[in-house]
Amino acid sequence: MGLTSRSAAEIYTVRLQRGVAARWREWGELAIQGLLLFAAMVSVFTTLGIVAVLVVEAIPFFQQVSLVEFLTDPQWTPLFAQKHFGILPLVAGTFLTSAVALALAMPVGLLSAIYLSEYAPVRVRAILKPALEVLAGIPTVVYGYFALLFVTPLLKRVVPDLETFNALSAGLTMGVMIIPLISSLSEDALYAVPSSLREAAYALGATRLEVALRVVIPAALSGIVASFILAASRAVGETMIVAIAAGQRPILTLDPRRAIETMTAYIVQVSLGDTPHGTLEFRTIFAVGLVLFLLTLVFNLIALRIIERYREVYR
Amino acid sequence: MEEIVLETQNLTVYYNGRPAIEGISLRIPRRRITAIIGPSGCGKSTLLRCFNRMNDLIPSARVTGRVLFEGVDLYGPDVDVVEVRRRIGMVFQKPNPFPKSIYENVAFGPRIQGIRDRRKLDEIVERCLRAAALWDEVKDKLHQNALTLSGGQQQRLCIARALATEPEVLLMDEPASALDPIATMKIEDLMRELAREYTIVIVTHNMQQAARVSDYTAFMLAGEDRVGRLIEFGPTQQIFTRPRDRRTEDYITGRFG
Ligand SMILES: Nc1ncnc2c1ncn2[C@@H]1O[C@H](COP(=O)(O)OP(=O)(O)OP(=O)(O)O)[C@@H](O)[C@H]1O
Ligand SMILES: [Mg+2]
Repeated sequence: MGLTSRSAAEIYTVRLQRGVAARWREWGELAIQGLLLFAAMVSVFTTLGIVAVLVVEAIPFFQQVSLVEFLTDPQWTPLFAQKHFGILPLVAGTFLTSAVALALAMPVGLLSAIYLSEYAPVRVRAILKPALEVLAGIPTVVYGYFALLFVTPLLKRVVPDLETFNALSAGLTMGVMIIPLISSLSEDALYAVPSSLREAAYALGATRLEVALRVVIPAALSGIVASFILAASRAVGETMIVAIAAGQRPILTLDPRRAIETMTAYIVQVSLGDTPHGTLEFRTIFAVGLVLFLLTLVFNLIALRIIERYREVYR
Repeated sequence: MEEIVLETQNLTVYYNGRPAIEGISLRIPRRRITAIIGPSGCGKSTLLRCFNRMNDLIPSARVTGRVLFEGVDLYGPDVDVVEVRRRIGMVFQKPNPFPKSIYENVAFGPRIQGIRDRRKLDEIVERCLRAAALWDEVKDKLHQNALTLSGGQQQRLCIARALATEPEVLLMDEPASALDPIATMKIEDLMRELAREYTIVIVTHNMQQAARVSDYTAFMLAGEDRVGRLIEFGPTQQIFTRPRDRRTEDYITGRFG
């Protein structure tokens, strides 16, 4: 050893000093960090901005229309001479189309997820799964015209008294659109169930169906429920299909054969119509938009909570 | 002479057309513990999984030869796999309780057999948990999630769950390899206890474990061709003290992988 302990310590200190290059590097890292933060904040601020606009525009509306009237009046006629501002007919319309859509999409989506995850041979799964996901990529306007020009005439043959614009056709078509969402998310949840659990069940003499029903589905339940809730949120927010095929008649009914109007369709109607900006009539869309936003927000929060809990299970 | 429960005759298993084990002929005596030992990849698990037809679940696997259970060929045409697996239970290397309550884990087998009566189920759950030496530790929390148990407790729960279908044979694939020494000891004690009533076939990597718990030992080895074969089978004591085959001796004295 040629070095005394002192000179070794000196070398060490020298090496620890930051040079110009190191400072540049630090600045560089700081800049990149800032850029990434900015990117992340863009979406946060956009969301906040949207909420702010909704609230700010809705406030003058609620100064003229009481919250009680808004929530309880059974009529929605802001664009007529005899004005009523009860959101219930729009909520009923949204509920109706969403319920029809979910009644179709939940069972079909879940069954196809079970098939893909538990029954399909590897090769079938490799083809079917992406194919299903392509369905989700079809523009909703295509679904809308499909509902109006194809599904409705078909339904008219079997459903008596079906109006040309109706909740049933729009709802069913929306259901078809949502199937891939449910099937894909549920399938992820089912597939994530460790195969050791399936083996355990088989080794106890369970059949394939029993393994699926009693082990895999219960273990994946929160993921499946989360997919249902996300689908509900999607159905509530869906616009094009209902605007095209469900009609623009805000009546308070739960009869799916009739023309109705959903919250989203109403917003489209006013936004594209000739209602002057700044009027009470125009502000209705912000009040409706706020309700819609709160509804989907609640759905998404619930789904997130459930998914989080579900992640913990196999930690 | 020992009474034979399980017997393989010239058993060969192929994965994707390539044999993994070949020409295995072996007889498993009743109410004894038979250990299968051998280096990694020699086909111990593959052999074990033939005894309850778990290889059926692997699409690429094909089995030739015969596996006789109480004289009946398990791979025969009229055999009900569900019934086979009920009467020949299995415990896996990694404890794999269902993410359900302790109670529901044990009740799973009886339930799928159609037992609904609550009192009967209660009775089965208690009996099996006692038999698996777990009752005293869990009797106050039967409805708690099984995943909250320790690894050793989970493995005993899996044993209890397997016992609940009233099997005659218990297959165990390295049941203690994921456990600490104390939990391992408990499992070994339990196995000795269970061997009074059940036939146990255990795969183990741990030579001391095989020597400690088993009555008979089968030694398997894969040659140059990577096809596993049965090298020697006999009473454990004889295998460990006076092996007939040179390769067995090399393995148990640690001169092998
Ligand atoms: N599902 C499978 N598909 C293809 N080959 C397999 C499969 N399972 C096992 N094998 C092959 O069969 C041979 C025997 O495997 P097996 O798991 O039975 O060995 P093992 O003796 O249990 O090994 P270990 O002690 O590591 O558990 C190995 O070469 C393995 O790669
Ligand atoms: Mg193995």
